[in-house]
Amino acid sequence: MAAVAHDAHGHHDDHGHHEESFVSKYIFSQDHKMIGKQFLMTAVFMGVVAMLLSILFRIQLAWPGESSDFLSFFLGEQWAPGGVLSEDMYLGLVTIHGTIMVFFLLTGGLSGTFSNLLIPLQLGARDMASGFLNMLSYWFFFISSALMFTSLFVETGPAMAGWTIYPPLSALPQAISGSGLGMTLWLASMTIFIASSLIGSLNYIVTILNLRTKGMSMTRMPLTIWAFFVTAVLGVLSFPVLLSAALLLMMDRLAGTSFYLSDIIVQGEMLTNHGGSPILYQHLFWFLGHPEVYIVLLPALGLSSEIIATNSRKPIFGYRAMIGSILAIGFLSFIVWAHHMFVTGMNPFLGSVFVFTTLLIAIPSAVKVFNYITTLWKGSIVFTPAMMFAIGLVSTFITGGVTGIILADAALDITTHDTYFVVAHFHVVMGLSAVFGMFAGVYHWFPKMYGKMMNKKLGFIHFWITIVGAYGVFFPMHFVGLAGAPRRYYDYTVYGENDIDSYNQVMDLNVIITIFAIIAALGQLVFLFNFFYSIFRGPKTVQNPWQSTTLEWTTPVEHIHGNWPGELPTVHRWPYDYSKPGAEEDFIPQNVPLAPGEEEH
Amino acid sequence: MVTKLIILLVLILGIIAAAQLMRLYELSSKLRKEGEHDITKRDNHMNAGLMLAFMIALFGGFIWLMLKYGWVGRGESASVHGHELDWLLNVNFVIVIAVFFLTNFLLFWFAFKYVKKPGVPAFYYPHNNKLEMVWTVIPAIVLAVIIIFGLRSWNNVTDTAPKDAVVIELFSKQFDWTARYSGKDNKLGKFDYKLTRDDKNELALMTTESIQMAIDSMQSGFKGIDWLEGELNDRKKMLAPEDEEKFKKDLGNKEKLIRLLIQMQKKHDPSIDAMAWDDFIVKDTLYLCKGQEYEFNFRSKDVIHSAYFPHFRAQMNTVPGMTTRFKFTPDITTEEMRVSRDVADFDFVLYCNKICGGSHYKMKMIIVVLEKDAYTTWVKSKETLTFKDTFFAKEDAAPAEGDATGTDGGDLPAGNDSIPAMVAILPEPVK
Repeated sequence: MAAVAHDAHGHHDDHGHHEESFVSKYIFSQDHKMIGKQFLMTAVFMGVVAMLLSILFRIQLAWPGESSDFLSFFLGEQWAPGGVLSEDMYLGLVTIHGTIMVFFLLTGGLSGTFSNLLIPLQLGARDMASGFLNMLSYWFFFISSALMFTSLFVETGPAMAGWTIYPPLSALPQAISGSGLGMTLWLASMTIFIASSLIGSLNYIVTILNLRTKGMSMTRMPLTIWAFFVTAVLGVLSFPVLLSAALLLMMDRLAGTSFYLSDIIVQGEMLTNHGGSPILYQHLFWFLGHPEVYIVLLPALGLSSEIIATNSRKPIFGYRAMIGSILAIGFLSFIVWAHHMFVTGMNPFLGSVFVFTTLLIAIPSAVKVFNYITTLWKGSIVFTPAMMFAIGLVSTFITGGVTGIILADAALDITTHDTYFVVAHFHVVMGLSAVFGMFAGVYHWFPKMYGKMMNKKLGFIHFWITIVGAYGVFFPMHFVGLAGAPRRYYDYTVYGENDIDSYNQVMDLNVIITIFAIIAALGQLVFLFNFFYSIFRGPKTVQNPWQSTTLEWTTPVEHIHGNWPGELPTVHRWPYDYSKPGAEEDFIPQNVPLAPGEEEH
Repeated sequence: MVTKLIILLVLILGIIAAAQLMRLYELSSKLRKEGEHDITKRDNHMNAGLMLAFMIALFGGFIWLMLKYGWVGRGESASVHGHELDWLLNVNFVIVIAVFFLTNFLLFWFAFKYVKKPGVPAFYYPHNNKLEMVWTVIPAIVLAVIIIFGLRSWNNVTDTAPKDAVVIELFSKQFDWTARYSGKDNKLGKFDYKLTRDDKNELALMTTESIQMAIDSMQSGFKGIDWLEGELNDRKKMLAPEDEEKFKKDLGNKEKLIRLLIQMQKKHDPSIDAMAWDDFIVKDTLYLCKGQEYEFNFRSKDVIHSAYFPHFRAQMNTVPGMTTRFKFTPDITTEEMRVSRDVADFDFVLYCNKICGGSHYKMKMIIVVLEKDAYTTWVKSKETLTFKDTFFAKEDAAPAEGDATGTDGGDLPAGNDSIPAMVAILPEPVK
């Protein structure tokens, strides 16, 4: 290590670093690789918390009103008196589960980890454009995570208005206990989170545009980088809108303004607010909220493009079409937000417009799916754990995507809106796909992050438990929705009083779902063990374990500041030269010059 | 405490045991000179086989769910437009399920079939414009069909209601529903939230008298302006600081509100009073007539709720500060539904489908659809219980506090002779 570091120092003075203190190396690091790992660690912690919350409320849904030691162990007498979850805390758990999963695991965790790790490494850059801002981005993320986590322990409970925190419920502490301090913390946390995300995204964009190594034209970038790039642009354009939504809500709560409030009497108290509109909040929220879906999804799709090509030993099919789809999805994601609002009383004609734009998104999505499938066709597939998760991603992307067609149809949304059909849809298409992408990324780039290998057998076990558990949870959930069950209900026995058919269906399926959820959650212990064990004791990796073509595998296994000892690599070809006819090996790294007479793809 | 310790101990021992097993595994793979990045042929083929097995299980599970649960929970639609929506849903499902089977099959089949085999290199196949064109154009055509059908239904459903539709207001608050029928003139009276009085005018209807009453009670009623001023200016009393602040804030609000009420009074046109007086208000159970088109106007008192009628395939949010609308025509009576489903105590229900607080899930209202005759009889019985009747009812005649306007078929105020006969013809709603 020392020798390599010294070597690096000798070659490029501006990045030379002699001795790093513990603080500058592990805590306030400005090195993109370390920051990526910090994001990952924080996200893993938050992910475990959010998963645990979901198990807590799933127990209530499957066996309503039954006492559970597990619940009282975690929630105590205040929130689970006698081992039965309280109504308010149920909503609190649902809210924080959603918030953490969407923002902290799948936005901060996924983009934060892999954009940081891969952008400089795959582009041939020494580091991010601004190491300091990058560090700031992480620490903002850390603070916001800590705030969100803390809000679980507030006396009046965490935010309880659902992860979309629609006012007036979220604006009026009289309406629900979680809209007191819990909601204030939620808003504060998200404000800081948005700052983190913005700083990070700007950094990614600048790095991608300016710091590509010689020969790395935009059309020679791996699809991962394209995905991160479009994701960052989406983030920069949409997160500020969420910030304004949150700030206006904050002002309604604290300064007595009436942006979202009008003509309200709550708990016998007549408010003087007049003229605001709760629908305004929804427009602002979903203007971020829908691009957010793709902020979550695109990086996962990008990672899997890379992994599927590598492990099929084939070039990704339709590279340019893939870039086109990413751009089209990115663009369209900005003009579909109101499909979340078909039944809010919005003008029906406006609804029609959003039906049209929303269904258009299915086209680039279909192109991506078919391109993945064609990449597998006549490949020479190696089932690494990463590859298996990437295939799982394509499957969930299809399964969740097709139900989106039903929900995008305003006429059909009337009956399915806010039912479990929606919950199943977005968990499959966004939750599972993104989580699978994230797992795939972790397994694939773990050697690059820690210089060690994860255990493959445990990886296989983890994959099979996860995909069986995941489908076992969310397949039946569609049918809970088709039985008409509204989401965010504490107890579905209310159905039994008037409609026994629906009731039986909902209750039967809820038990199945909870059992699979518990299995899937236990399966994650396999991953956690493998992950932490391998960090400390895993076997050392070789330099290019997956025989991949991209630049990150040309860096030494030991991390050095500046990534490459000596000169930066020069790029001569696109990133997908796998199994090229006439080549000796079945992969040609990007920094290998074209052989005489060889054509670029 | 002891159990927690034991759990902790078991966890730690488990982790240690797992770590030891890992060491063993590593030693053995070192002996075999196999790195974690080498996927053995055996593993590779096993996982390829499992991919196929998983696909079969996935499809099998889906078909089982579809057959067992696909249409049961929804039941038959009980409204005219609902049949059209159900048809549309089925058409969409056919398309969507076909795509689901086709693409998942290709995915897992290829994963299984093209597993790495020694001596068989992968086929270098970077792109094919014709193929890509095919899977851009075909989805586009299918989507065009879906969009056209979808928008046609959407336009039908959301079109403005015809003149002969009966107008009913559904008023939502934490955590119940109240219905206001528009009465003989089929026009709902105007309202303003500032006129709310829990005992006499729960729905804040606007008439000359109700405005006066609101002003009076704000000025001199319970915790009105007079009382608050008295408390704040009473030198003999020491108010706790937080009480004083609360009273001051309350007083400020009430002074603001009363100014607005006085303005309202000055601008008020008494000719619109009649629209409100003939309205009648119903709680617990909403009675509808088979074959009659209804236009529902939705209001909310506090937070957003959503009026969700799963059996009628209808849903609309209720938003404080604005009125939303939805129209539908029930075409199956409660009795008919009970017979066809063979469930004796089945009832249509209006649920709340937008998170609105802790008891969100309990917020519902029974809906009873009647044949025309029974419905007409029921409406007749309400003609003597209009807003005017309840508003001017003497205090002692009114039912218990907080329920002054709450009347329905099963809970009519005393003094109405026709109740027993009338209740007999109504299906008893299940509580």
